[in-house]
Amino acid sequence: MHMVIPRARSPFGRAWVSVVLNGLLSTAAALAQTTDAPLAVSEPAPGVFVHTGVIEDWLPENLGDVANLGFVVGTRCVAVIDTGGTPQLGRRLRAAVARATAVPICYVINTHAHPDHVLGNSGIAPLAGEPAVQFVASKKFNAAMSAREPFYTGALKRDFGIALAHEAVVYPTLIVEQTVPLDLGGRQLVLTAWPTAHTDNDLTVFDTQTRSLFTADLLFVEHLPVIDGNLRGWLAVMGELAKVDAALVVPGHGAVSRDWPAALTHQREYLEAVLRETRAAVKARVSLPRAVESVARDAAASWSLADRFHRRNITAAYAELEWED
Amino acid sequence: MKTWLQSIHMLLKLAVAFVVLCTPPLAQAQLRTGDNPEASEIWKKVRASLFSERPITVATGDMLVLDTPLRAEDAAIVPIAISTRLPQTESRYVEKLYLVIDNNPSPISAIFSFTPQSGRADIETRVRVDEYTFVRAIAEMSDGGLFMTTRWVKASGGCSAPPGKDQAAALASLGKMKFRVEGDVKARRPVLAQLMISHPNNSGLAMDQMTRQFTPAHFVRKINVTYAGKPVMSADLDFSISENPNLRFYFVPDGKGELAAEVLDSNNLEFKSSLSLRPAG
Repeated sequence: MHMVIPRARSPFGRAWVSVVLNGLLSTAAALAQTTDAPLAVSEPAPGVFVHTGVIEDWLPENLGDVANLGFVVGTRCVAVIDTGGTPQLGRRLRAAVARATAVPICYVINTHAHPDHVLGNSGIAPLAGEPAVQFVASKKFNAAMSAREPFYTGALKRDFGIALAHEAVVYPTLIVEQTVPLDLGGRQLVLTAWPTAHTDNDLTVFDTQTRSLFTADLLFVEHLPVIDGNLRGWLAVMGELAKVDAALVVPGHGAVSRDWPAALTHQREYLEAVLRETRAAVKARVSLPRAVESVARDAAASWSLADRFHRRNITAAYAELEWED
Repeated sequence: MKTWLQSIHMLLKLAVAFVVLCTPPLAQAQLRTGDNPEASEIWKKVRASLFSERPITVATGDMLVLDTPLRAEDAAIVPIAISTRLPQTESRYVEKLYLVIDNNPSPISAIFSFTPQSGRADIETRVRVDEYTFVRAIAEMSDGGLFMTTRWVKASGGCSAPPGKDQAAALASLGKMKFRVEGDVKARRPVLAQLMISHPNNSGLAMDQMTRQFTPAHFVRKINVTYAGKPVMSADLDFSISENPNLRFYFVPDGKGELAAEVLDSNNLEFKSSLSLRPAG
């Protein structure tokens, strides 16, 4: 079911009628969703479940369902990896866990402070009387999330029409300085916090039993990689990540892969082109607005969402690289 | 299981609730559209405080041009360029350029001051954009005349947010500066200069949710640039300016001299940088 929330352009005239009409339609669609139907998941390795988001920007048109989410089932309990872009997706992920296993959730891991990955936190949090759940994130997650929370909840309100009160935003309490093992009963996850790369608070999850690696947004597949941390740092982290002996890789966006570390190649080619060509533009004193329109266009062409994110990437790369030397 | 009649009844109730709850108030609608710059409530207040009842002429042609991207690709780093073809002579010149971002927490983002020695009252910088907003450049002439030009900028959705990307890194290189001029330096010709200051430019509005403390405001608030001791450009800045403030501006060298920049931040830390120039001709 597809819910379309109207984007009101003006409170006057015909737009108004369409707001009301769309409102009725969306309500019909929303009703079908209020049951919090379980999210569709696959099980690419035993006890490793993945929900694959659509390759789009975080928008009401796709209900914010754009990030890959997952969970790993032990004999004692379940660890959930990211919660989706709205509270409802968190509830639907909870329903998916309940359908897959009778074992309760004990950990919810936030891989980084981006809205499409963590605004489902309040939806997955336990209800009164249910066993406690520990939320887990990298040491820099809470600072990043608290600086951004008003903008994320503001966008949720403005674009999705969803009110998320500050009190309902869940901040993790189990903090990963470098690596932390989590025991789920019969299987162990290893969580690793990385130096600034895609963001300054990226966290990966490795299931030792099936050698499944949740890369979070350190790896984008099909969806253009988005730089919100440090370009050179990200390339360096990819070098380290490639050394992980993974049999299965779940990227933050795009299809699951069993081809590791080859799954990194497309992203590395793009980020290296951005690095090389932005650096050349800075050296040649090409201004930022001009660089944004001209740099590394070819490298971006083979990706989805290049129109949406490539200029942004060049902006970030330029602001980083102009301080080099 | 509900009957279908119950379901329809429920649906209608929800529909009514939806229409009531989701009716955008006027303020919300204004955030969404760039239709009427004069209707902005924030602008009315800013206008009253800066210019009271003085008439402001809408700039035409290239007399005053504001370049912004239509969409803030990276809300933390939105390039802004203001260029003027108004005279910059001893008898009449652009004395001040005001940069106003209506829907930022502190809308008056920058006030740039110029002199005839500036040569051109053009400025480029980068700002944070918090919301869908009007961005305005207002030129104040030495004879008191006011001109304004306005652009509408859409803030990005998704993971774009005005706070910086690496809060620890931003503090580590505090006060480092890069100062340079572009192209050949010729006497009595406008020369383009670029000043970069490494600074986190914290707004003071971000709360650490764990400690419930606000990250203290710490931003560059004043820049004075002189050439051979004469002022060419100064800027009063607010935290709408992006992390690592970056300014491009002009000055006219009249013989050899030193281009000197003094930077003062909100903690009263001072940073200085200078360049010795020997213009040709």
